[in-house]
Amino acid sequence: MSHAKPMTTSTATTLAAQSGSRVEYGPWLRAWKKLSRNRMALAGLYIILFFIFLAIFAPWVSPDDPLATNWGAIRKPPGMEHWFGTDELGRDVLSRVIWGARASLLAGIVSVAISLVLGILIGMLAGYFGGIVDALICRMTDAFLACPFLILAIALAAFLGPNLTNAMIAIGVSAAPIFVRLTRAQVLNVKVEDYIEAARAIGCSPMRIAQSHLLPNITPPLIVQSTLAIASAVIAEASLSFLGLGQQPPEPSWGSMLNTAKNFMEDAPWMAVWPGLAIFVLVLAFNLLGDGLRDALDPRSR
Amino acid sequence: MFAFFIRRLVSLLPTLVFVSMLIFGLQQLLPGDPAQILAGEDQSPELIAHLREKMHLDQPLPVRYFYWLEGVLHGDLGESVRTQQPVLELILQKLPVTAELALLSMLIGLLISIPAGIISAVRPGTFWDYGANAFALSGLSVPHFWLGILMILLFSVELGWLPASGYVSPFENLRENLAAMVMPAFVLGTGISAVLMRHTRSSMMQVLSADYVRTARAKGLSERVVVLKHALRNALTPVITLGALELGTLLSGAVLTEQVFTIPGFGKLIIDAVFNRDYAVVQGVVLVTATVYILLNLMADIAYFVFNPRLRHA
Repeated sequence: MSHAKPMTTSTATTLAAQSGSRVEYGPWLRAWKKLSRNRMALAGLYIILFFIFLAIFAPWVSPDDPLATNWGAIRKPPGMEHWFGTDELGRDVLSRVIWGARASLLAGIVSVAISLVLGILIGMLAGYFGGIVDALICRMTDAFLACPFLILAIALAAFLGPNLTNAMIAIGVSAAPIFVRLTRAQVLNVKVEDYIEAARAIGCSPMRIAQSHLLPNITPPLIVQSTLAIASAVIAEASLSFLGLGQQPPEPSWGSMLNTAKNFMEDAPWMAVWPGLAIFVLVLAFNLLGDGLRDALDPRSR
Repeated sequence: MFAFFIRRLVSLLPTLVFVSMLIFGLQQLLPGDPAQILAGEDQSPELIAHLREKMHLDQPLPVRYFYWLEGVLHGDLGESVRTQQPVLELILQKLPVTAELALLSMLIGLLISIPAGIISAVRPGTFWDYGANAFALSGLSVPHFWLGILMILLFSVELGWLPASGYVSPFENLRENLAAMVMPAFVLGTGISAVLMRHTRSSMMQVLSADYVRTARAKGLSERVVVLKHALRNALTPVITLGALELGTLLSGAVLTEQVFTIPGFGKLIIDAVFNRDYAVVQGVVLVTATVYILLNLMADIAYFVFNPRLRHA
């Protein structure tokens, strides 16, 4: 981990630089300092960066082609040649786990991006305009939340058709209500502040108020929620792929690898161990970082 | 009390209406002619014509929704294109299996989470507290279907103690039923115990700093009586409401767990329906799950009201 130190400082500078233009310099740097003292959160961050590295550089990092079958090496236990063993078609499990990081990270990030966009737009509408718009949106959010998350995602993926893109849409839409609620609650808190009143008095349009006064104020809780939501989205994608509703074989994905592994538990238990472990470690990392961010960004715990 | 009950019940109506719209709307996501798709593999013109008429496809969307809703309110959730059985009948057949799994999982979840929550609240900063928190964090991060696979590897493949699959009805043979259910229930139970433990811990810590707990200690009661008799009873009330929200996790988790352990509950029903393009069954399962979830939360709210005397007399 010798490269770890410079990376920390550079991330700090970018964070500070980004925030310098619009938001106050102070709070973000303070949050970063607090986060960098939290060893568990940093461990989470490094693990996530490691997986991102694997996903981006998969073609160079993985020892084998993840799709190359080898009839001479079917279900070989882990050894010098294949560190994680091979699967039922003689494919290298380590290579498939490395390539699988792509599907998982992509699904985690894209589906949360969908939730965020939907959640912020709809939540702001509800919080800012209130009245009948708010009442309607709230009832609709309740309806979405009344359907258990994964069951709703399964139904959406089923009606949209089983593939990775639709799985990401299904997860993103199913998880959006939480962001609607969060944004709405934050907007209701902020909207009564004097500076919003002032902005309105000098004739700012609702769009401009939303962009430059509401959004920066509701960002910290959204960052925390997004990090934790990526954790559940990664599990959700793995679950959908496990059920056959996500990434379709032969493309590598941790969930679908586990689905296949289920049929070979007696002769090839290693096939079931590695993809699951990868999901666990990545999700744990996002949860650790999310918890750390919550502590770091909470203004009450300064 | 009665007024509260009525108010709460009335507030559910709009949610239920929107849930029904959402589930009806799923159909609109299907590309092309719904009747043709709903007919599945059997593409006979008669069936398609029958479905088209049954779904009132010549009518505008809102009218179709009301026809559909009318059916649903009369218990008609459509019929399975595969088995021609009414969807409601199929679901009612499978529901007891999932209900047993959910009940056993809840029991295991509570047996783990409440003692763990109490210990970590009473002894904060100790080994037990860190242990319980590490458990909760891993419980939140582990994909539970993988945990199920690992348990099968250990207890069925390696040790041969428990069956990996093979559900038996409890009325047929209770022992075999429990043997087949213990692993899936444990997998699901640990899944919800992580969140329940965190709730118990924070609620317990709050209660332990209350004045009446200090009074109880001051009059010389043993710590055991203070914690288990005075504090726990009040600490558990918020856990009821928050715990009810975990029922959703339980229902979602049941789908995966049933798939891993080949349990013929409604989780397996929805997945089989998805792959058979039996869309009416998919809609039916979502509708029933959402309704069950809403009703269970209503019951939890009422239980909260009953167990909390301050609300009762207000």
